[in-house]
Amino acid sequence: MPDAMDFLGIDALLDDEERLIRDTVRAFVRDRITPNIGQWFEDGTLPREIGRELGALGLLGMHLHGYDCPGASAVAYGIACMELEAGDAGVRSFASVQGSLAMFAIHRFGSEEQKREWLPAMARGEKIGCFGLTEPDFGSNPSGMRTTARRDGSDWVIDGTKMWITNGSFADLAIVWARSDEGIVGFVVPTDTKGFSSNLIHRKLSLRASVTSELVLENVRLPDSARLPGAHGLGGPLACLNEARFGIIWGVMGAARSCYATALDYAKSRVQFDRPIGAFQLTQEKLVNMLLELQKGTLLALHLGRMKDEGRLHPTQVSFGKLNNVREALAIAREARSILGANGVTLEYPIIRHMNNLESVLTYEGTSEIHLLVIGQAITGLPAFT
Amino acid sequence: MKIVVTVKLVPDPNGEKKLDPATKRLVRTGVETVINPYDEYALEAALQLKERIGGDSTVTVFCMSPESLKESLRKALAMGADGAVMLSDSSLEGSDVWASAHAMSLALKRIGFDILIVGGLTDDGSTGAVPGALAEFLGVPCLTNVRKIEIADGKVRVERETDGGYQEVTGSLPMLVTTALTIGEPRYPSLKGIMGAKKKPIDMLSVADIGAADTVGSAGSKTELLSFAPPPARGAGQIVTPEDPAAGAAAILAFLKDKKLV
Repeated sequence: MPDAMDFLGIDALLDDEERLIRDTVRAFVRDRITPNIGQWFEDGTLPREIGRELGALGLLGMHLHGYDCPGASAVAYGIACMELEAGDAGVRSFASVQGSLAMFAIHRFGSEEQKREWLPAMARGEKIGCFGLTEPDFGSNPSGMRTTARRDGSDWVIDGTKMWITNGSFADLAIVWARSDEGIVGFVVPTDTKGFSSNLIHRKLSLRASVTSELVLENVRLPDSARLPGAHGLGGPLACLNEARFGIIWGVMGAARSCYATALDYAKSRVQFDRPIGAFQLTQEKLVNMLLELQKGTLLALHLGRMKDEGRLHPTQVSFGKLNNVREALAIAREARSILGANGVTLEYPIIRHMNNLESVLTYEGTSEIHLLVIGQAITGLPAFT
Repeated sequence: MKIVVTVKLVPDPNGEKKLDPATKRLVRTGVETVINPYDEYALEAALQLKERIGGDSTVTVFCMSPESLKESLRKALAMGADGAVMLSDSSLEGSDVWASAHAMSLALKRIGFDILIVGGLTDDGSTGAVPGALAEFLGVPCLTNVRKIEIADGKVRVERETDGGYQEVTGSLPMLVTTALTIGEPRYPSLKGIMGAKKKPIDMLSVADIGAADTVGSAGSKTELLSFAPPPARGAGQIVTPEDPAAGAAAILAFLKDKKLV
């Protein structure tokens, strides 16, 4: 009989090394995240030392090569994202921003000196990075950004505000994108630079176990050596986002799996009308629909991961994955919530936490609307937005 | 310093264990196989010892197991062991404590060691008798239930957990040590460790290699399992419906006194 958690036997599509990575991250999440996450979520905190623990495991910048990064495959990275987000999207977001946004930007576009200075310490989790692209008035349309960088002698002076920046308030460095006479340029900004400050965003009801901040840059003066020399134009930050989105395709299936597993357990033990509620047809329909989308989404993530490792994954296919898997994960979370009834809304169970987290994941790294229109343009050849 | 750790591969302790009535053996097929959890503590002790001693110290993992489970041993290499040796032979099936320890001792003599670190128990057989038998066959001293190991000037100094506290004991190398769970939580394998593990050697030994043909398996065993039975089903509980809280408390107290628990 197929396994209720892996009905299609997807495990068999992973190799021994990939399974060991999965088991290791799963054990870490079971030991270190799951016992604490409800409290962290309620308190609205993520302990900074999680960074060092993820670093010791080798999960920060894990798919990058050189500079003390392990150089793992895209699939291995995806598996880690799935297991971390089965714990909480806040923890996965921490790793995504550190590895796929901040470290990736330096790895892809940085100078040799920047790579040596930052990447090994970031891989160990000693230095935390954040990524400043989004602004208060420019989210889906980053080309309109107002943050400016102007040359002043051999220096640059940066002014502007960045918004919704994960890891912002405990970061040691910020990758900041700004408009200049030379187009969009990126900088590695040490957060102790004069004129740089951050404000923690309070009153979030989603991704509460994640540090989200506003970055303010007022006359931040940096030498040209702080500029990312390889990045020219908006393609720079968008390439970084494409990396992080890939991890989301996997991560949200982790959150969905946690919801499905919780609902399945609950349905088998919760008795109403003298029977476990899992014996009722309406509950079975919910559980089966959850399983179908969970397994399909996981297969999709694995397929896209194999394509990425073969170097033939197109950004529009990443949009396909993000659009589908976040949408379905959210639907699974909501369905799971209904099976748990009132218990589904407390932090004693993971479901409402995942459900609320997924509302952020639906929006960040490209909203579902934008990804839909990217795919719409790809299949019609007709752009619906500019 | 050559540090050797014995590791057993066992059915996942979190899974359901079944005995095959025909063979009277634990069912090991169709279940997840993992490193015996007690052995992970032994391995952790070995890795910490290697890190403290430094130099050209090595940690070698030794495992007696069907070759088909070889990949389950990879985690030990991912955690940091330098290499592994596997004694694998279909004729080993059904070995009792004596035959297992005898075969293992022959293989371990061939491998050689300065210190042999062994988990205190296995999650499947749970006899706890193999370490002592191994030490006997190997002719080395055996210190059990150890929570701390130090090696200096060719002497081993350990702390042994006892019911009331701990003992400090020293002895000479080569030696066998069994670990207590207080020796330190086993580390997670790191991603680099996992990726490096496939390049590390797992050397294979057969029964012929160790010259143990007549002393292994059911035939070479000195004990035989005659029968087994599950523990008796738990009887129905006693339900007391007291008239008020004080009567309820009195009923609980009477029950505890009856069982001599208070």
